Amino acid sequence: MVRGMDQANFGGIASAHVRRQRLGERLFGGATRVAAVLVLAILGGVTIALLKGAWPALSQFKLGFLTREVWNPVTNQFGALAAVYGTLITSFIAMLIAIPISFGIAVFLTELSPRWLKRPVGVAIELLAAVPSIIFGIWGLFVLAPILQTSVQPWLIHHFSHLPGLGALFRGPPFGIGILTAALVLAIMVLPFISSVMRDVFETVPDVLKESAYGLGATTWEVVWNVVLPYSRTGVVGGIMLGLGRALGETMAVTFVIGNAHRISSSLLAPGTTISASIANEFTEAVGDLYTSSLIALGVILFLITFAVIAAARFMLMRLDRRALSSV
Amino acid sequence: MIRALQDVATAEQAVRGGAGETPAAESPPAKIKVSHLDFYYGAARALHDINLTLLDRSITAFIGPSGCGKSTLLRVINRMYSLYPGHRATGEVLLDGENILAPSIDVASLRFRVGMVFQKPTPFPMSVFDNVAFGLRLSQRIPRRELTERVEAALRDAALWEEVKDKLSQDGRSLSGGQQQRLCVARTVAVHPEVVLFDEPTAALDPISTLRIEETLQSLRERYCIAIVTHNLQQAARVSNVTAFMYLGELIEVGPTEQMFTAPRERRTDDYITGRFG
Amino acid sequence: MNRNRRLLRKLTNGASLALSAVATAIGLTCLAAILWTLFKSGFSALSASVFTQMTPPPGSMGGLLNAIYGSLAMTVIGMLLGAPIGILAGTYLAEYGRDSRLAVVIRFINDVLLSAPSIIVGLFIYEIVVVPMGHFSAIAGALALAVIAIPVTVRTTEDMLRLVPQGMKDASTALGAYPWRTTVSVIYPAARSGVVTGLLLAVARVSGETAPLLFTALNNQFWSTKLSAPIANLPVVIYQFAQSPYEEWQRLAWVGALLITLAILVLSVTARVLIAALQPQARAP
Repeated sequence: MVRGMDQANFGGIASAHVRRQRLGERLFGGATRVAAVLVLAILGGVTIALLKGAWPALSQFKLGFLTREVWNPVTNQFGALAAVYGTLITSFIAMLIAIPISFGIAVFLTELSPRWLKRPVGVAIELLAAVPSIIFGIWGLFVLAPILQTSVQPWLIHHFSHLPGLGALFRGPPFGIGILTAALVLAIMVLPFISSVMRDVFETVPDVLKESAYGLGATTWEVVWNVVLPYSRTGVVGGIMLGLGRALGETMAVTFVIGNAHRISSSLLAPGTTISASIANEFTEAVGDLYTSSLIALGVILFLITFAVIAAARFMLMRLDRRALSSV
Repeated sequence: MIRALQDVATAEQAVRGGAGETPAAESPPAKIKVSHLDFYYGAARALHDINLTLLDRSITAFIGPSGCGKSTLLRVINRMYSLYPGHRATGEVLLDGENILAPSIDVASLRFRVGMVFQKPTPFPMSVFDNVAFGLRLSQRIPRRELTERVEAALRDAALWEEVKDKLSQDGRSLSGGQQQRLCVARTVAVHPEVVLFDEPTAALDPISTLRIEETLQSLRERYCIAIVTHNLQQAARVSNVTAFMYLGELIEVGPTEQMFTAPRERRTDDYITGRFG
Repeated sequence: MNRNRRLLRKLTNGASLALSAVATAIGLTCLAAILWTLFKSGFSALSASVFTQMTPPPGSMGGLLNAIYGSLAMTVIGMLLGAPIGILAGTYLAEYGRDSRLAVVIRFINDVLLSAPSIIVGLFIYEIVVVPMGHFSAIAGALALAVIAIPVTVRTTEDMLRLVPQGMKDASTALGAYPWRTTVSVIYPAARSGVVTGLLLAVARVSGETAPLLFTALNNQFWSTKLSAPIANLPVVIYQFAQSPYEEWQRLAWVGALLITLAILVLSVTARVLIAALQPQARAP
């Protein structure tokens, strides 16, 4: 019996089940495609929903929304400046603190640590990353803020506030909470994330490259600074930017300790607010469409900022992946 | 290329002679006929104008240095290359007179008729029984009793039944390397294909497992058209009755195994077989 | 001159490495400090009543039962909604789309969603669920959690499916199986432990999220099982109670924080153990 194989003429028992396989293929394959496109739809939906919600505020205040500091629910005057400033400054200081420490941790884990210590320390750092941000928030409120209020901030005020220029950063009563406290909590939160990305990236450096440098008599530090870091530069920057993206969008770690004041002050010890903290604290109590819409407009701004940072970071990391694959 | 046709004639003679039959007996028919086959990986041409016939009820061995296109040719015969965009074949490959390269061919149906055993044993994550029954369950709805019989028959064909008959519900991955490969053979022959392709089936196995596989090949020869790609020249000599030598994507020479190994016509064949290059 | 230079290099080396050790110590100290406070404050307030009583009004004693239930319910529903989508989409990226342009775009967008601020997700669900419904609800909270779980699941599923050896897929195809059959009958079983690990990680991620619940599920002082009503949940309870001046509320906040953290640690450790034991070449995302 000759068994033909084209679709029309297919004698034999197999044909019914080939047809069933084809139906199954259409169903299953279709389902996976739908699910995949849904991912795009979520992003689209978020964008549209946010813009729709923010529209009343944006059309009312237009570009002035970005440049005004006023935030007055009574007179229905809202401006994003204080929140944007707070978001940017807390993240900036947090990165300033977190990057060197993360770098140190990554160097320790890849170059310095004895083998038996690598695993536990690495796992500990990753467990820190798994701790939800609200824990950092309440820890900051109950533990860190009092410490800052009673010891650190008075010390800073005493030593620095009378200096010209720089002193402005440290003026004002020691509230304990404020921009600096929030930045510190953010830094601790972002720390494990950046350090594990850095560590992973450092580990992709080929051993032969490092060995060549050692063979020329370089010290460990020189190998790290001159070989490992330049080689993994893209990945390091990508990891830092991802950390920045998280810091910018972080809500819970910051809300408890930022002080919730829609004000820009030059002092780091003063209370302030961030976009996500404003939304978190005020959304459920916002009365009036303009108020709610202004909060959503803040969300749009945050979305744009974080999208830009994260997209750039992912793009860089994608290029690093491709390079690592091609050099293997 | 003309040689190939002459070689087929001599090959048929060899098969007849090897089986000890009288010259009056029928020679095995041509099962697969490859005509003017070119193959491209994107823009790069990997096979050049291949013309070849594979006979039924015989074993054709493909030998040649790495990268000469042996595996590529094998994978054309069961259209495995269709999985990858940019891989394409031109020419004709006739299976019992039907061109399997035609776009109208349902490749899944083709693979019920042309089976393949790969170099690395790949038992599926399921029981031994389910591994062997996998292809059967795809192609036909078979009642349980018949399924069990077919599975046992396939495991016997692969010389594995005695070793696993008490372990049918164990995970296929728990078998040893040689057993896993024989499981893959059983899995492939369970669906009663007409052609079985072996792509370096013993490359990853120890000598004893290799011997078992070779014994299996000999017993399968009586029922199937078999093609085997191998790096091991001694294996080709032991197992096959027709040998084809390929080099840089071309079919250099094909003929009865004994003749290919003792008195090849092409100098390159001779060089390869005597080890002047590998 | 040479000796001075060599000495300088040695000193730099020593100082830098010492600093890196200090940095590591700082990081570990922070972890220890946080966990220490958490365990101390949480365990000291832990008692049976936490699991048997509802959240109390200000000034009285109580427990966290409704919040625990609410969190569990929303997590389960959120995962039931989000995990299948995530697994299917991850399957598309690994088996069908692979390197096509659409797949590259989807992968990129998914990674962006993965790192996006979760409060944005809360606003999104607020706009499309809470506003039309007219009130906060548990289902809105569950949807928000689903939207957060999807990118995590997509990523881990794709990574795990890609680890299945190509030879196994080839063998299935060579027997005449269509791609869906190969995926369902061969690839999924082979990648099962990895995909489950991905689900555990998604649950861990979702368990700690507060911001998206703030204006979707809100909170509820009482016991509620209705999907269409606001529901108590641990993160929002912690958020409200921690900021309050009432001592009992603050103690409950710490207990809640402890419960969440323990759950997440257990999930993360289990996921890590599964990955290490069954697929040594993979890494947790």
